[in-house]
Amino acid sequence: MRAGGLMRAALTNRSLVIGLALSLVFVGAALISFAWVPQDVTVLDIANKMKTPSAAHPLGTDHFGRDILSMIMVGARTSIAVAVVAVVIGMGLGVPLGLAAAARRGSLLDEVIMRGNDLVFAFPSLLIAIMITAVFGPSALNAIIAIGIFNIPVFARLTRGAALSLWTRDYVLAARVAGKGAVRISLEHILPNVTNLLIVQGTIQFSLGILAEAALSYVGLGAQPPIPSWGRMLADSQTMISFAPHMAIFPGMAILLTVLGLNLMGDGLRDLFDPRIRRDRR
Amino acid sequence: MSLLRIEGLNLAIHDYPILHDVSLTVAPGQIVGVIGESGSGKSMTAMAVMQLLPEGAGATGRVMLDGQDVLRLSEADLCGMRGRVMGMVFQEPMTALNPIQTIGDQVAETILVHERVSRAEARERARDALTRVELPEDRFPLTRYPHELSGGQRQRVVIAMAIALRPKLLIADEPTTALDVTTQAQILKLLKRLVQEDGMGLLMISHDLAVVADMADHLVIMRHGRVVESGPSPDLFHRMQHPYSKALLAASTHQPDRAAEPRDTPLLEVRGVIRDYATARKGIWGKPGSFRAVDDVSFSIRRGESLGLVGESGCGKSTLTRAILGLEEVQAGSILLDGQPVFTGHKPNRAVRRRMQVVFQDPYGSFNPRHRVERLVTEPFHLLDRPPQGAARDAAIAEALDSVGLTADDRHKYIHEFSGGQRQRIAIARALIIKPDLIILDEAVSALDVSIRAQILDLLADLGDRLGLTYLFISHDLSVVRQVTDRVLVMQAGKIVEQGETAAIFDAPAHPYTKQLLSATPRLPDRIDA
Amino acid sequence: MLRYVLKRLVSLVISLAVASLVIFVAIEVVPGDPAAYMLGMNAQADTLAALREQLGLNGSIPERYLSWVAGMLQGDFGTSYTYRTPVAEMIGERLWISLPLALYALTLSTLIAFPAGVWAASRRGSAVDMGVMGVTQLGVAIPNFWFAMLMVLIFAINLRWFSAGGFAGWEQGFFAGMKSLTLPAVALALPQASILTRVMRSSLLDTLSEDFIRTARAKGLTRRQVLWRHALRNAMIPVLTIIGMQFSFLMAGAIIIENVFFLPGLGRLVFQSISARDLIVVESVVMLLVFAVILVNFAVDVAYAAVDPRLRGRR
Repeated sequence: MRAGGLMRAALTNRSLVIGLALSLVFVGAALISFAWVPQDVTVLDIANKMKTPSAAHPLGTDHFGRDILSMIMVGARTSIAVAVVAVVIGMGLGVPLGLAAAARRGSLLDEVIMRGNDLVFAFPSLLIAIMITAVFGPSALNAIIAIGIFNIPVFARLTRGAALSLWTRDYVLAARVAGKGAVRISLEHILPNVTNLLIVQGTIQFSLGILAEAALSYVGLGAQPPIPSWGRMLADSQTMISFAPHMAIFPGMAILLTVLGLNLMGDGLRDLFDPRIRRDRR
Repeated sequence: MSLLRIEGLNLAIHDYPILHDVSLTVAPGQIVGVIGESGSGKSMTAMAVMQLLPEGAGATGRVMLDGQDVLRLSEADLCGMRGRVMGMVFQEPMTALNPIQTIGDQVAETILVHERVSRAEARERARDALTRVELPEDRFPLTRYPHELSGGQRQRVVIAMAIALRPKLLIADEPTTALDVTTQAQILKLLKRLVQEDGMGLLMISHDLAVVADMADHLVIMRHGRVVESGPSPDLFHRMQHPYSKALLAASTHQPDRAAEPRDTPLLEVRGVIRDYATARKGIWGKPGSFRAVDDVSFSIRRGESLGLVGESGCGKSTLTRAILGLEEVQAGSILLDGQPVFTGHKPNRAVRRRMQVVFQDPYGSFNPRHRVERLVTEPFHLLDRPPQGAARDAAIAEALDSVGLTADDRHKYIHEFSGGQRQRIAIARALIIKPDLIILDEAVSALDVSIRAQILDLLADLGDRLGLTYLFISHDLSVVRQVTDRVLVMQAGKIVEQGETAAIFDAPAHPYTKQLLSATPRLPDRIDA
Repeated sequence: MLRYVLKRLVSLVISLAVASLVIFVAIEVVPGDPAAYMLGMNAQADTLAALREQLGLNGSIPERYLSWVAGMLQGDFGTSYTYRTPVAEMIGERLWISLPLALYALTLSTLIAFPAGVWAASRRGSAVDMGVMGVTQLGVAIPNFWFAMLMVLIFAINLRWFSAGGFAGWEQGFFAGMKSLTLPAVALALPQASILTRVMRSSLLDTLSEDFIRTARAKGLTRRQVLWRHALRNAMIPVLTIIGMQFSFLMAGAIIIENVFFLPGLGRLVFQSISARDLIVVESVVMLLVFAVILVNFAVDVAYAAVDPRLRGRR
């Protein structure tokens, strides 16, 4: 399928279109917040605290009188930055490890990489964050490292699994007959054929990263005040939930919609890249 | 009175027509062979009888089985007939059985689904069915799982499931295509015996004319969803009318013209080669075992010669190929091309490797789908110290594509734009581009339909003559090897058991294994007017 | 079978050894002097020396590691610096809330996911399937602690069916205890159930397209019979993997959910210890949770062998 056909298929894929639109709304909000927000989030306005939604404050205000819409826009930066960097860490380390393990399948290297992966899987990102925080204190960097470390085995396993089946293809054998080494074959023949899979997994880990960052910030192990983050906003709202439920509802919706958007996008991309499933769905 | 009568069957899947006006009949005790190349609709015809069609399929016409039109039966009635009135055997025995259920349970299930009998009785009858397919309980207990059986044995289990209730009609869809020739011969013999014993009708579907010709009473030749010709076998072979039938027959026995005579100088010399593989450790602290895949193999290929290497799966021919190509080091012996070793000092020798290339079996898996043809065919340039650049590279690509019957413009296309036969041509172009002396054809025509296969064999013969190429032709298909090689090696369990002039070996095999292989190979009727 | 279990057991012990080493290095070696860290900036020299003595920090690093492991093997997790009580006792108490909560959630999630996944797969493409897929899409995306807060808002604050937080205590009776764990368990289970439903469905659909399903149909089995007798057990293999992985998410999720409902479980203990800089407690709880995860993965591996004869090896 060439560019034109791919484009058409993409546009008729409902999950992809909705998912992409939702994701773009929040990425857009984060980017716009650098230039403009409805109200400065560093200024406290105690007189107007916990106001329900109105024309001046479309999503109401929090317990310090800050505009919740603005807080969500600025908070999007934290969530997206943490999740993106964590995916980059996971891919950056996991993909080469997976490629190396597959290229040397059955070797000691493969064994060490895979057992290492199993070990990391025993540490959910929250436990890693707890350990880091216990020693170094809480910060957004913690969240990035904790989620990033957890992403490494995810990408390493995925890459290894896909690469193993590619290594049995005749075109890889043909490349070996042409005298190409493992590194060159991994880069020329294996990596390009696993990118689709990596993109799909990347969106999924991105959405999981958003959820994990929110959870970490919520329990105080992520971004620290005064940096706004969605998880913190929810933590702050908790004691006031009975009389100011809007403080809890809107940031939660932001997380839900972003994650939903990314997941739909991942599903859509998977369908787009895997024609077998696409045909099936008809 | 016929058992199965298909009349004017039309079938479409999502409005895409698959079958057009297909008619055929099967009488009790009769074997009807349906032959066709890929896309002929032969399997869909079988599935229509079973009414196990893919979603979105719509059939019209009549499929009368045992007095009832299966196209008009309810799903519940069909379930009552499948396995009881009609049984089916499929192509791929490795995946046809439930991996986590014992073979006894799977055979007994056929009985339990249709009859109100106790488990013990169903088991008893399953035991009988397995014994009938020559899997006696003392050697193959009912508690075996599929993974503990070979492909041929699994196919026997599938047959046992299909015949446990002595159905009136058995449908076999390419039942032996995935098996080795000796196993194939045994399975065919078994099917024939069961037909005779039970007096059931057998609808046998195959792409291989010779397989069907050997056993069918009646032949049906299909193409593009239509029956082009049918008639009793073997008479039909002598009075074929339709041009397609004739072409199919001609392609099946096609003998390419080869002019070049091999010279007396050896090109490749293999001496005392041994290749061992480490196997899994026995126990946690045990030593890794080892398996000898190639055992003291010696032979040579003369310049300009076409040498065949035949053997069944697992005999070590692929391992030997990899060793010759310098992909793996051998434990003992030497492999010399024109006197130069393939491996020197634990490293493959580039100067030697650039003089050999290979063409693989699978026209779909042989190419990186993300690269254009020009990049695909120039991959072997990596072996050159100074690969051609610019105009010289363009000229090399054009020449290679041209020599396999493609055009220079094809270089910009991706591989999915080509058919299976064309892809195999591109694979040959890739092998030719660095002008090697030796080309290894590793089952290079095995996956192709017969008519395409004949074209590729002609192309290879022509290239061999023009470019003075030497071929090592590896195949499990003895009839193809017979058509295109000067000499042949027969390999069994890592050893070369017999070698010599192709004609001599095929006419008078000396080794018992060669005799066994040859007698197992299905043959077309001798005198044919193509 | 026995050999397979033994092999997994060896790998379990190795994993535990490596995991304990990682935790030890992260918490006792990386910070430099844990005693100084725990006491903060203005620690007295003699208090510091006393704490070092109490923590056994005077030995070499390998000695300390070995004595820590040896202690744990005998059930001695050390003494909490802030509470001055044995850590094992503190954990023991809290475990009676965290463990039932995790099991409750796991049970709920499995009870929801199995029927929902089978139902959706057996009616592929129907309204039921679309509905299940839509709901689970939401369930996967919802942050469980937010969902927990919404449930508090609806069921505790507005409807007053449950209390908004806290734990009744098992001495009030089994049902009172379970009732206080119900909202937290539902909050934990929902996202997991959604994931499991989707995995169940897609695994079943994959299995239903296998060759042996067609063979079974050719024997005369109906679609239903094929689904129950052949597809379901084969589809369990990937589902088991996910259940095993979910356990670690569940443990982690429980730590957070306990926070929403003010449950005095392991999660609360960890956060209190972090703010009190009580490294001994943090170390022990992390080790315990990792131990639980590794143990569950071992159980899943054994379950594989029970489902799949290919893993049991040839007889």
